[in-house]
Amino acid sequence: MTNTKITALIRYQIVFIILLVLIALGIVLNVNTGTVDIAPLRIFQIIFTNLDEGSMDSNIIWKIRLPRLLTAAVLGGALSVSGFLLQTFFRNPIAGPFVLGISSGAKMCVGFVIIFIAGKYGTLSSYTMVLTAFIGSMLMMGFVLLFSKNAKSMSMLLVIGIMIGYICSAVTDFCIAFAKDNEIANLTSWSMGSFSGGSWDSLGIICVIVFCGLFCSILISKPMEAYQLGEGYAKSMGINIKLFRVALIVLSSVLSACVTAFAGPISFVGIAVPQIAKVLMKTAKPVVIIPTAFLCGAVFCMFCDLIARAAFAPMELAIGTVTSAFGAPVVISLMIKRRKQEQ
Amino acid sequence: MYLKTENLSVGYSGKVLIHDINLSVERGKILTLIGPNGAGKSTILKTITKHLEKIAGVVTIENQNISKWSNKDLAKRLSVMLTERISPELMTCEQVVAMGRYPYTNHFGALTPEDKRVVQESLRLVRAEELANRSFSDISDGQRQRIMLARAICQDPEIIVLDEPTSYLDIRHKIELLDILRKMAAEKNVAVVMSLHEIDLAAKISDQIICIKGDRIELFGTPEEVFSDARISELYEIKTGSFNTLFGSVELMAPAGEPKVFVLAGAGKGIPVYRLLQKHKIAFTTGVLFENDVDMQVAKVLAAHVVSAPAFMHVGEQELCEARKWIDRVSYVIDAGTPLGEQNQRCRELTEYAAAQHKVTLTAAEAFAKIGKCRM
Repeated sequence: MTNTKITALIRYQIVFIILLVLIALGIVLNVNTGTVDIAPLRIFQIIFTNLDEGSMDSNIIWKIRLPRLLTAAVLGGALSVSGFLLQTFFRNPIAGPFVLGISSGAKMCVGFVIIFIAGKYGTLSSYTMVLTAFIGSMLMMGFVLLFSKNAKSMSMLLVIGIMIGYICSAVTDFCIAFAKDNEIANLTSWSMGSFSGGSWDSLGIICVIVFCGLFCSILISKPMEAYQLGEGYAKSMGINIKLFRVALIVLSSVLSACVTAFAGPISFVGIAVPQIAKVLMKTAKPVVIIPTAFLCGAVFCMFCDLIARAAFAPMELAIGTVTSAFGAPVVISLMIKRRKQEQ
Repeated sequence: MYLKTENLSVGYSGKVLIHDINLSVERGKILTLIGPNGAGKSTILKTITKHLEKIAGVVTIENQNISKWSNKDLAKRLSVMLTERISPELMTCEQVVAMGRYPYTNHFGALTPEDKRVVQESLRLVRAEELANRSFSDISDGQRQRIMLARAICQDPEIIVLDEPTSYLDIRHKIELLDILRKMAAEKNVAVVMSLHEIDLAAKISDQIICIKGDRIELFGTPEEVFSDARISELYEIKTGSFNTLFGSVELMAPAGEPKVFVLAGAGKGIPVYRLLQKHKIAFTTGVLFENDVDMQVAKVLAAHVVSAPAFMHVGEQELCEARKWIDRVSYVIDAGTPLGEQNQRCRELTEYAAAQHKVTLTAAEAFAKIGKCRM
């Protein structure tokens, strides 16, 4: 008994160390790679000793690459934690912000604003877009919460979420019918997601929202673990189910709304990364998985963003393209592996 | 009384399913709910555990109304074993059991040495120590039920509520589980309230029985008070067979029609022959059975007529005369092989009578061989 526990602890430590090393590596690679290559040594000098302040290299690192990679890391982590929360809530491994219609809701609102409002009042500031996407996501979450009161089963709620997603897509398509070409292009490029908008200001807001969400998620990790045994048992152990459900869905929605607002809808991270975290840690204990998923998501998105920037440089791929290309096979292989284990 | 309900009404979304439920159970005792499928056993249990909103009435634990308690306070007194099947990811059995410590652990669910001791003790009580490190998804249904029971015990309750704990289990695991329950109730002084499908087992394990029928409690009392063959048949509306509460055995419907066979039986030799004839829908009469003969229990529900003699008395002319009359009406006589002793030695005269009347006389073995192959 004690043996298995010690092995588990060693495993946690090793995985955390590896993830931290990968994050460091990701930072170096991300800063290093691009249209202008900067040597690693010089990167350290610029970051830690403020060498050559005002030079081009320093500007590239401080004004473009660092905020962007940190944005990718924090948002990637947020997306993974959000996915894990939703999967716990629905007790379904494919639940994610996409499946629940949260991303579609954001897209609908952004589309509406781009097409009907921006046209009249000139161009949109990036903060208006952020706010719009956030409102759209939270609106959808409100609908899901509303239905969750009446829905008898989780699978029914999942179906409702998917249906709401379809309705939103339909409304978006309807709006597109009235749009000009450049507006469609704007909406399409937004809906494929990108971390390119990252600045120190937006990173500040992101960090406040995401780290609050992360902190609260860890606070409710104990009831989450009990909830994994099913609602009936969770209640019998003393959990206020209604309150817990609301807390769980609000937290996951705020996290994914934040991502959608700042980087657009990014698919598959929310589904794939928590699965990877569970496989790495060989447990589903929320108190372990939440930080692991956050770090995994950060690594995953940093490297995906690196690929998006560098693979076909100077042309940049949409982040969604890369995350899907890497995320979908992971999800498929994990599902198949799980099936085999269950049989 | 530890737990009591007073004029409790239960049901779904305001609609009353069962009303005026007055039940009570003491610590260390087992109370079992029986009743046909869909009678509302689960509804009552779920209302007691507060998984369902009660419609009217009061549930009290130690004379305190539990509807005023928080979930957490209730969790320290009452634990459950539900019918819903759980599929926790990547959890060992020990971790599942340890979840029972939930109401006692700190904000992050860390287990103290005391918690760990309770987990081990719970595993020991359900005899599942060797399962501790196995993955919960890898073990059998019987093992899972034991682990879920260990989880309920681990919650250190004063009362455990179990909804159909024996469903999915084969007979061996049923017996094991109920044995553990009995032991646990006594050892930990825990009150047990459960629903069971198996009325035979219910009679043997319970201190108190509640029968639910329609929208009310039909009976509430000790198994001896509650169980009689007629009551069980009525409760479950058994029309095509019967239930013997003394033995806990089920007999199917008696064959109809004019009797074709007379079975010379007694001392338990007749039962296999009766069941054989029932299976092939051959109506029969039988005798001469003492009223206390084990064959009597089955004969009285399967035979068209039983020639019986008072217990511990000699078989006399009156019984033989009656038996001869029945033998006259059939063409086959099966001699089940009942040993003849001092009290029933005159039954030999019936074999001789059958031969004299040119009836076909078969032994039990011959009957099995013959009926097994073709219809008589």
